[in-house]
Amino acid sequence: MSRVSAAVRLLILLAVVGVVLYPLFWMTGSSLKSPSEISNNLSFWPHEFTWSNYKEGWSSLDVVFGRFFLNSALIAGATVVANCVSCLVAAYAFARLKFRGRGVFFAIMIGTLLLPHHVLIIPQYLLFNAFGWINTPLPLVVPKLLATEAFFVFLMVQFMRGIPRDLDEAAKIDGASPYRIFWHVMLPLARPALVTTAIFSFIWTWNDFLTQLIYLNDLSHYTVPVALRLFIDSSGQSSVGPMFAMSLLSLLPVFLFFLAFQRMLVDGINTTGLKG
Amino acid sequence: MPPSLAEAVHPAEAPAVTRAPRRRPTTARRGEGLAGYVFLSPWLLGFLGITAIPMLFSLVLSFTDYELLDSWSDVKFVGFANYHKMFTADPHYWHSVGVTVRYALIAVPLKLAAALGVALLLRRDRRGNGTFRSLFYLPSLLGGSVALSLVWLAMFSRDGAFNAFLRLFGIEGKPWANDPDWALATLILLAVWQFGAPMVIFLAGLKQIPNEYYEAASVDGASRWRKFWHITMPMLSPVLFFNLVLEVIHGFQGFTGAFVLSGGTGGPVDSTLMYTLNLYLAGFTDFKMAYASAMAWVFLAVLGVLTAAIFSTGRFWVHYADGEEN
Repeated sequence: MSRVSAAVRLLILLAVVGVVLYPLFWMTGSSLKSPSEISNNLSFWPHEFTWSNYKEGWSSLDVVFGRFFLNSALIAGATVVANCVSCLVAAYAFARLKFRGRGVFFAIMIGTLLLPHHVLIIPQYLLFNAFGWINTPLPLVVPKLLATEAFFVFLMVQFMRGIPRDLDEAAKIDGASPYRIFWHVMLPLARPALVTTAIFSFIWTWNDFLTQLIYLNDLSHYTVPVALRLFIDSSGQSSVGPMFAMSLLSLLPVFLFFLAFQRMLVDGINTTGLKG
Repeated sequence: MPPSLAEAVHPAEAPAVTRAPRRRPTTARRGEGLAGYVFLSPWLLGFLGITAIPMLFSLVLSFTDYELLDSWSDVKFVGFANYHKMFTADPHYWHSVGVTVRYALIAVPLKLAAALGVALLLRRDRRGNGTFRSLFYLPSLLGGSVALSLVWLAMFSRDGAFNAFLRLFGIEGKPWANDPDWALATLILLAVWQFGAPMVIFLAGLKQIPNEYYEAASVDGASRWRKFWHITMPMLSPVLFFNLVLEVIHGFQGFTGAFVLSGGTGGPVDSTLMYTLNLYLAGFTDFKMAYASAMAWVFLAVLGVLTAAIFSTGRFWVHYADGEEN
């Protein structure tokens, strides 16, 4: 490549970086500006720094915002554990054990990958309503215990297929049962797939809106996304600052995960086509 | 072969255990069929209890007049009335179909074009490419959140950053996100902004194309343009196909952005009434659970047909190098 075209390439890339990052910087800057400055100052940098948006956003609703963070964190944490356990168990059956119907079940599992979630929200709502689970975290967590996130089952099956069969064959010849092989061979070797699953489970649950909106009706049970929505209902200019402040806080966990695991996240979607 | 443990416990499944004569049977092998079902049981329970049976239930429901809080004894079968109403007597419905199709038809090609364009710039190994790749991927992680949709709303409001930017050129903008003609465009822009995920997949595909092809074409004097159309595009077609299927399915299901941008109404003037948002409003605001179920089943059928259609066109333009699959 010539010098000129290399420079053009770099210029285009930097322009794209600008477009990609501008909304994030703008949000960060605006969260530190006074209300009048938000609409008049195009630059990221506030003329005058103020923390008042954070203070106001944190406590302007009837329940402090920390409560929503706690709710979100508990649901996300439980989902991470549930997904890791249930999907690993199911993936072991699909990847390593021989039993009648495995091929059919595997095809069904792949089929559910493409199933739009919206087909299930009405009947699942009625089901969980019959259980008396509305306004509790149960409808958000219990399905994950049953390996309903087919993406992760598929991811782990793919991963396990890459583990040399010699290892479990050797254990089998030594008389180990499938349960022992799962515990002593697969579990330790599947650590990378578990980490990927954990990270994506966390991010997806943290960002999830529709299910949490449907099942959590009580302000004190709200998660961060459901609570953030309240800032648009009262969309006077004065609430824009607190909205930015709380939005920024809500993106921080995902951003920190991104910083810590960027290589893994990017490679994770490479191997499976997982959506971000 | 002596009767196995699995046969004793689970006679019906025994043939699967005892079949497989290729390998020397060991004691461990006998329990495998049973163990398979043990390990599969959570998934199986989830598939039946939370996916398959509820789905069938909603199909049945779609032929009734059930509304939330109705007592089940009052529910009547109404045949195809819900479907009939949807197709002939509900202007909102067709409007939401139009909005969704317009959204997907514009957002998906734009997003894929952006993804491919940037991937082409990053394909050769150069310093800094890893950083670019990560930065471009970041919006795919954040863009689906309520927080980012709120930022988007603010950016494209009357006093937002976009209008402040236009003012630099002396242009007085409008409240884009609140304008019936432009609200959907801001949503499309939010989708295109998240081009990073398909870009990463394109990059992986580009890395698979052997350099010899390009060298051979150069020897034959092919231009850069010809190389792109005759080497890059055919070789990349399986990846493009994969991205297309994924993005179409994803595009039709857009919900969060539309909900947040319109304050949960699909407004202004229904301009952001995406199919899924309309479905949500029917079920959870109007409590018309049966009607919403009918909408959901039509959605499923249409998405299924669409996916099948994309797959069937695939054989005309997707080229698989022998044995390679994606």
